[in-house]
Amino acid sequence: MNVNSNSYTYAFAIGLVVVVAAALAIAATGLKPAQDANIELEKKANILSSIGLQAEDAAAMYDEVIKEQLVLKNGQVVSGKQPGSIDLAAAIALPEADREVPLYVAEHNGQTYYIIPVRGKGLWGPIWGYISLQSDGKTVYGAKFDHKSETPGLGAEIATPMFTDQFPNKVVFSDTYTGIEVRKGDASGNQQVDGISGGTITSVGVQAMLENCLKPYQAFLAARNTPAPEATTDTLTVAAL
Amino acid sequence: MSTEVKPQEKERLFSKKNRKLLTDPFNESNPITVQVLGICSALAITVKMKPALVMGLSVIVVTAFSNLITSLIRNYIPNRIRIIVQLVVVAALVIIVDQILKAYVYDVSKQLSVFVGLIITNCIIMGRIEAFSLGNPPWKSFLDGIGNGAGYGAILIVVAFFRELLGSGTLFDVPILEPLGVYELGYKNNGMMLLPPMALIMLALVIWAQRSRTKSLIEKE
Repeated sequence: MNVNSNSYTYAFAIGLVVVVAAALAIAATGLKPAQDANIELEKKANILSSIGLQAEDAAAMYDEVIKEQLVLKNGQVVSGKQPGSIDLAAAIALPEADREVPLYVAEHNGQTYYIIPVRGKGLWGPIWGYISLQSDGKTVYGAKFDHKSETPGLGAEIATPMFTDQFPNKVVFSDTYTGIEVRKGDASGNQQVDGISGGTITSVGVQAMLENCLKPYQAFLAARNTPAPEATTDTLTVAAL
Repeated sequence: MSTEVKPQEKERLFSKKNRKLLTDPFNESNPITVQVLGICSALAITVKMKPALVMGLSVIVVTAFSNLITSLIRNYIPNRIRIIVQLVVVAALVIIVDQILKAYVYDVSKQLSVFVGLIITNCIIMGRIEAFSLGNPPWKSFLDGIGNGAGYGAILIVVAFFRELLGSGTLFDVPILEPLGVYELGYKNNGMMLLPPMALIMLALVIWAQRSRTKSLIEKE
């Protein structure tokens, strides 16, 4: 057999590629469940860390602390939908009224926290994170950001405590979204944080991300924290029964 | 790691010559310090011991099995598409390693990020296939792969040891300097150790130490 003939070369190449493709397909499908579990676990750990919790076993703690996982649209709960089914990257591109957004409600040490996933654009790629609000649904309790490919030492600093520690106690809602402004050097009061020197575009990206992602929650959180509408919900539930 | 390859030769499995294949890359033909291959990844992932160890193991697996596979099919590979065949084999192995890391050591795989994928471009692997496994029987090639991967990993570990110890005061994330009371003597974690330039300098120091021990490596003139 002439291993250097054209037909042999083609046959060999095709055969090799088929074998390799099969091996890769088997590996990919076989390992998918374990990989998905890891991604899910990391997400849970991130959600927990936005309210300052860190656990060896994030899954168990998550089940214990997170009381409700809601999907909201236009300030109303969409029944029968789980946050897991939502692709945040696609959701944030939609107009606010058409958007379905996830909300996690946590209870820890007798306090209620609302945890909101956020996602936006940095300089080089997506940035994302979780913002937790205190039980009044207006004041930030904690923030955690991460990024795909921001510049280390500059934009990437949004993921460090130096940046995120500024967020607690900022007020994001009054009657409307009041927001958090990322300032250059002279941040003061409860609506401004200091941006990152040399990371201006990423810092501005954080500001835009917060505005875009937090706004849709305003109606729901306001309604939930006013006693009267809750009573209505109860009546409705009774009526539905 | 075990191997099921039956030796075809009359030679014993771990004859002197075969043992040399395993041990040489640790010193006289070390891929990093002597052949100067795979430097890029050696600089990038030696900030901490754990990623360095996992990277070392990953490279051992890839070099060993890519050597083994190419050696097994070496007489059937059409010469004209030799390099492409090597690439396909190496790329497939790297993807499998990457998938396994993602499934079982997710945090480490995140730290290694792009460098696992870049094992494909690690010159050590293609170098060993071209230079060794295409002309040698499978068992020898397998040993050669393990030897070279381990030689690479060993240097990574040495560099990472000093960088993590002096830069973060820990080893495998376990605090070392603090219990020893080194901080009370006035030592502060050296942030420079965590930056790439120090990896280069550490590597140079390793090469220096190795050459003063092994005189045969010193170039004449």
